[in-house]
Amino acid sequence: MGVFATSATARRRHRTQKLAFVVLLGVTVLLILPVLAILGMLVYRGAPALSLEFLFSEPVRGMTAGGIWPAIVGTMWLVGVSLAISAPIGVLAAVYLNEYAGDTWYTRVIHLAIVNLAGVPSIVHALFGVGAFVLFFEFGTSILSASLTLAIMTLPVIIASTKESLSAVPMSFREACWNVGATRWQTIRHVVLPNSIAGILTGVILQVSRAAGETAPIIFTGAAVFVPFLPSSVNDQTMALSMHLFTLSTQVQNVPQEITYGTALVLVGLVVLINGVSIVIRSRIRRRRKW
Amino acid sequence: MSRPQGIRTDKLSLWYTKFQALVDVSLEIDHGRVTGLIGPSGCGKTTLLRSFNRINERIEGVRIEGHVHILGDDIYAPEVDLVELRKRVGMVFQRPNPLPLSVRENVLFGLRVHVPRGELRRDELNHAVESSLKEVGLWDALKDKLGQRATSLSLEQQQKLCIARLLPLRPEILLMDEPCSALDPSATQRVEELIRELRDRYTIVIVTHNMAQARRISDECVFMLLGQVIEHRRTEDLFLSPKDERTANYVEGRFG
Repeated sequence: MGVFATSATARRRHRTQKLAFVVLLGVTVLLILPVLAILGMLVYRGAPALSLEFLFSEPVRGMTAGGIWPAIVGTMWLVGVSLAISAPIGVLAAVYLNEYAGDTWYTRVIHLAIVNLAGVPSIVHALFGVGAFVLFFEFGTSILSASLTLAIMTLPVIIASTKESLSAVPMSFREACWNVGATRWQTIRHVVLPNSIAGILTGVILQVSRAAGETAPIIFTGAAVFVPFLPSSVNDQTMALSMHLFTLSTQVQNVPQEITYGTALVLVGLVVLINGVSIVIRSRIRRRRKW
Repeated sequence: MSRPQGIRTDKLSLWYTKFQALVDVSLEIDHGRVTGLIGPSGCGKTTLLRSFNRINERIEGVRIEGHVHILGDDIYAPEVDLVELRKRVGMVFQRPNPLPLSVRENVLFGLRVHVPRGELRRDELNHAVESSLKEVGLWDALKDKLGQRATSLSLEQQQKLCIARLLPLRPEILLMDEPCSALDPSATQRVEELIRELRDRYTIVIVTHNMAQARRISDECVFMLLGQVIEHRRTEDLFLSPKDERTANYVEGRFG
């Protein structure tokens, strides 16, 4: 027998390794199945409803026919306004926390608050939105109230993801700047932000899909079952895709199922589209940077 | 012949929270010379270097006592502007750290930060780029590649660029923290040559682990141990006839 011939134990170990590999692969594949199943079902049942008319017309006959255009427009309003509020606040807060603030008791309190805010269930955000924006500030049930509620919900995640992108910028870049006498703000403006913008944008855009999909926070604050006109300002009530889907599936009888599934398909399609855009942006900017 | 004073420290002590990294350091470093800081790891040489442009203060829990005078001024005095200080006292790090910008923009970064937009004329900028790159010997290699990203240069070129980046601000003092430790021997040799060429115009303080390098490039040498300055003399004397036994043991390689 040669020195390098395999032994019985080595063969057994080899078999164990192969088995482990197959099991791990199997579990990973299982993860994909629900995604494929959901998408498959939506496409199978919802695709027949899709048409330009479905996308661009109003629902009619008690929502058992017609299209979903007001809901699409409403979702865009809600997402747009909420991001216009949460993105700047979130990014600036993250810049402060990561670049300026030291590790003191009050920054630790802020961190704790952010983590906890991220863990608050969306229905609780909704009740807060009703109490604070609809009633106390008297914004009424409106796009503004709903968007503010969504903004508060998305804020902690935007702060966390922005902070992560900022701290991924090597410390040596900052030192290089300070050493030619740049102030902290100049360092942030010229070096830190340009090198973290891809990550920041990705984090923000991923929150778009969350804002578009949530139903609870908007249900009492600004979204309506049916509004006969398109919103013209943030003070109007509006329809929204997620709300519309909830209404179709629980509140209205005799809805043809392809309308329900078609609405769901449009919502999911919108989210996938937005995520796709974020992936493209990220890979574009990543390819440009090298360090 | 007495030379003008570059850096003087008076009983400088520095603590990282509870750990005392510098103990009563009193030093005089002449202007227009290369001074080497040597000593085993953790002896405080980098900390000392970093206290010359007050970059230590970005670390939390740092407490400093004593004084540092640079070109006659106390840099820890309350009226001192860190921006002005760092313009005069430039620093080069262990790993080259060019910014992820073009070669040209790296050289001009200091000017862009200090001079309001619109007050920089194009020919002035071009002149600054050319003279700075010439001073570090990069002009011939890079004059046609000024738009190239600095992070794609060789390490040697990156490190020279990091030196060139300081020059448009007309610094008096260049601090170098093991500037060759990421470079191969031939690149090290060329950076050392550059340091020798720069010596008359600037006060250069260089931290190095490499005793042979300290011997090759420094005029004077400071040997440190456990946060204290043990010996500070002409390089030749320090290596050939050290006064302190600990210095002798270190330069002969018995510890460290």
